[in-house]
Amino acid sequence: MKNSALIIFLIAFSTYKVTGQKVEVIKFPELQQIINEDNADLKVINFWATWCKPCIEELPYFEEINRNYKKNDLEVILVSLDFVEQVDTKVKDFVEKEALASKLYLLDETDYNKIIDSIHTSWSGAIPATLIVDNRKNKKDLYERQFKEGELSQLIKTLIN
Amino acid sequence: MKKTYLTIMAMLLIAVFTNATFEGNGYSVGDYAIDFKLKGVDGKMVSMSDYSKANGIVVIFTCNTCPYSKLYEDRIIAINDKYTPQGFPVIAINPNDPKVQPGDTYQLMQQRAKDKGFTFPYLVDETQEVAKAYGATRTPHVYLLKKENNKFKVAYIGAIDNNHKSAEDASEKYLENAINALKAGKKVSTDFTKAVGCTIKWKEA
Repeated sequence: MKNSALIIFLIAFSTYKVTGQKVEVIKFPELQQIINEDNADLKVINFWATWCKPCIEELPYFEEINRNYKKNDLEVILVSLDFVEQVDTKVKDFVEKEALASKLYLLDETDYNKIIDSIHTSWSGAIPATLIVDNRKNKKDLYERQFKEGELSQLIKTLIN
Repeated sequence: MKKTYLTIMAMLLIAVFTNATFEGNGYSVGDYAIDFKLKGVDGKMVSMSDYSKANGIVVIFTCNTCPYSKLYEDRIIAINDKYTPQGFPVIAINPNDPKVQPGDTYQLMQQRAKDKGFTFPYLVDETQEVAKAYGATRTPHVYLLKKENNKFKVAYIGAIDNNHKSAEDASEKYLENAINALKAGKKVSTDFTKAVGCTIKWKEA
């Protein structure tokens, strides 16, 4: 009896999937608040989409720095530019499949001309793009490029010390 | 000693990244565009000098694979059909390296042009030198050129309009407004805009 209870528990536990991750749909003013909130020394905000191949390739590096630093030292925020109609299908499926643990948002906007400059004037609008906010130095840098293996963690290491 | 090394490494890294961000200064509005000679999907070479009778050219860097490019394909066809008779034809250029983006091979470009019924040349920028000279960073990325003293001067850089999802809902038709201003001999009021797009797939070193 005791054994079967244990077996049931084990089966239940083994099929349990981590589905707690939410993808919150936001508009630009909310994104601005998120960028400006001084809740970590370094904020790494990556703009990506499920259809963007170089974005997908570099996502593990963002997950890696998210795991390796304390919350108040560094916060990773992934902002999806997927179409809002696909948030409950394509985006959530991808997030679950990849078991993404970083904070997730989907930016639902159409008129990006002014938004892009407000995020950073040196961003042309291409993705992947990563905004790094250094709250200690009061500095924002925009990287309009794909990070290759080791590059992001190295950059963070130099910025955080 | 170790700290000095780290600092130097950090400075080098930051320099490399910063350079990458500002890669290719490219054209600004008011610059003259150099001519190019690129192969189209019909096998014929196309140059700006072939357009001696045009009042200008709409050069659009685009590709087969970017969802934003796909959303604008019908609009690019409509703009070409509307403005070619008015002296502003479209030339589309695909700058992506097919080794990095396998959906952008010459054969697949031919297929896409056929499937969509492109009414304008769709050219391969194999060396990526044209995209670099222009300073294109994303697809789609528009450069409107105006003929002046037999040269082509950049009059507008940026997006086609301000709503990638729906042409009808776009409240600002940047490119059409710019062409209309040139036709009327007026200054282009909004001559530079930004939009979300896919990075150009540069050749890997």
